[in-house]
Amino acid sequence: MTTVPAIEGWFSDTALLGTRCASCGSYFFPPERTLCRNPACGSSELDVTELSRRGKVWSFSVNHYDAPAPFMGKAPYTVVAVELATEEMVVLGQLADGVDPSELRIGDEMEVVIERLFVDDDGNEHMVWKWNTT
Amino acid sequence: MEHDVAVLGVGMHPWGKWGRPFVEYGVAAARAALDDAGLTWPDVGFIAGGETIRNGYAGYVAGATFAQALGWTGVPVATCYAACAAGATAIDIARARILAGLCDVALVVGADTTPKGFLAPTWGDNASDPDWRRFRLLGATNPTYFALYARRRMELCGATEEDFARVKVKNAKHGLNNPNARYKKEYTVADVLESPMVSDPLRLLQICATSDGGAAVVLASMDYAKSRGFDAPARVSAVSTITPTFPNTVMEMPNFSTDSAATVAPPELPFRDAIAAAAYEEASVSPDDLSVAEVYDLSSALELDWYENIGLCKQGEAERLIRDGDTTIGGRIPVNPSGGLACFGEAVPAQAIAQVCELVWQLRGQADGRQVENAKVGLSINQGLFGHGSSVIVTR
Repeated sequence: MTTVPAIEGWFSDTALLGTRCASCGSYFFPPERTLCRNPACGSSELDVTELSRRGKVWSFSVNHYDAPAPFMGKAPYTVVAVELATEEMVVLGQLADGVDPSELRIGDEMEVVIERLFVDDDGNEHMVWKWNTT
Repeated sequence: MEHDVAVLGVGMHPWGKWGRPFVEYGVAAARAALDDAGLTWPDVGFIAGGETIRNGYAGYVAGATFAQALGWTGVPVATCYAACAAGATAIDIARARILAGLCDVALVVGADTTPKGFLAPTWGDNASDPDWRRFRLLGATNPTYFALYARRRMELCGATEEDFARVKVKNAKHGLNNPNARYKKEYTVADVLESPMVSDPLRLLQICATSDGGAAVVLASMDYAKSRGFDAPARVSAVSTITPTFPNTVMEMPNFSTDSAATVAPPELPFRDAIAAAAYEEASVSPDDLSVAEVYDLSSALELDWYENIGLCKQGEAERLIRDGDTTIGGRIPVNPSGGLACFGEAVPAQAIAQVCELVWQLRGQADGRQVENAKVGLSINQGLFGHGSSVIVTR
């Protein structure tokens, strides 16, 4: 089985990849590659950076119905919003496999993991970031 | 006020799930609005259409589609898309045209025919579309985002599932007598809490449906209104179509993250508060002046957020307003007397126009069976995907 990222350039083997403006220091996820979005800055020098691997639950929701295509999963599945302290931003992700969402509370510490999103018809395993409890 | 334009006519095609071409609904609404104004289609000097993205090419050029269906008159046209804010943006374009002296009368029309189920990406299998990505990578439907806000509200403000249900119960009661509403049925808190869980903590009866429908308004300069014998027409006194200010710390659909506030402090007003503030400032009115509001209850929980965003109460006090009946017709400041999205479901490009229709009926005293007494100032508010503000203040 070949392992491929479900989306290119958004995460490494261990962390989310964002960009950081070399001029004003603003962080961006997904990685912004064209222009710093701080309107007072205007720099186009954006460096790829690993985002904090840990953060705290800002909110979450368990979905009880399948989302429409191009979603490939099955309900129930959980979407978690996690607040990263250094970057001062909230990043969405699915809850890691095997975590019971009824145990989840706002403020809980979470850690990013890279897990399977789906397997395609050719047997390729598509990977994505998810949030795991610590 | 010098920026006021008159609303001479309003009209709607009832909301439902009819599955007929959206043009039919738009034409019906336009004709109703023209009749209401006592004008005919050739009197119109500009037409603005709200685009629908789920009805093929005719929907992309909705303004011209409506103009063709009404009969070509050579009238200048614009079509705009701003997701749920499309109607307000179309109103804004028409208003600007009138205020610039380029026309006396403008017609604004929005109509939609919606598919069943969750709204989904429309652009095919295109991995560069952020809307495609959020479905593929997260399975984040629109109700998922509403649910994130709702749970946050429960944590920060002590909101309960019962509070969210109370919003649905109130709106269902308001919409019972509205001839244009799709759902005319009373519910109890227990009914709502027994409906299936969709995106925890939101249940089916707390999430708005997607609907077919059409709405239209006829706007005119104050001088033209006077010349046609309108002594005290309802007036559009403000239209707010602002975008967020960086860093936007609200988790907006279809985004994967908020903006980072690590190097620039967040703006004094969060985005939704800023939408309302811009409208209040333009109309020179304050929340205390409001008689009635139409807010976008995509979820019943979101309606509570709007109470605070439009300044009806401080943050954390919205639950008290719904529990005390302040926002029920007969209360201090009735919200969604039309029944809101709870009774309509959403017909995207028509919805912000429909909100304005309701405000006009309220201010004229023509909202039979759901009238807010002595309504003088009404505010509508809503927000379009990606960061489109939408708020209209109507005065009389």
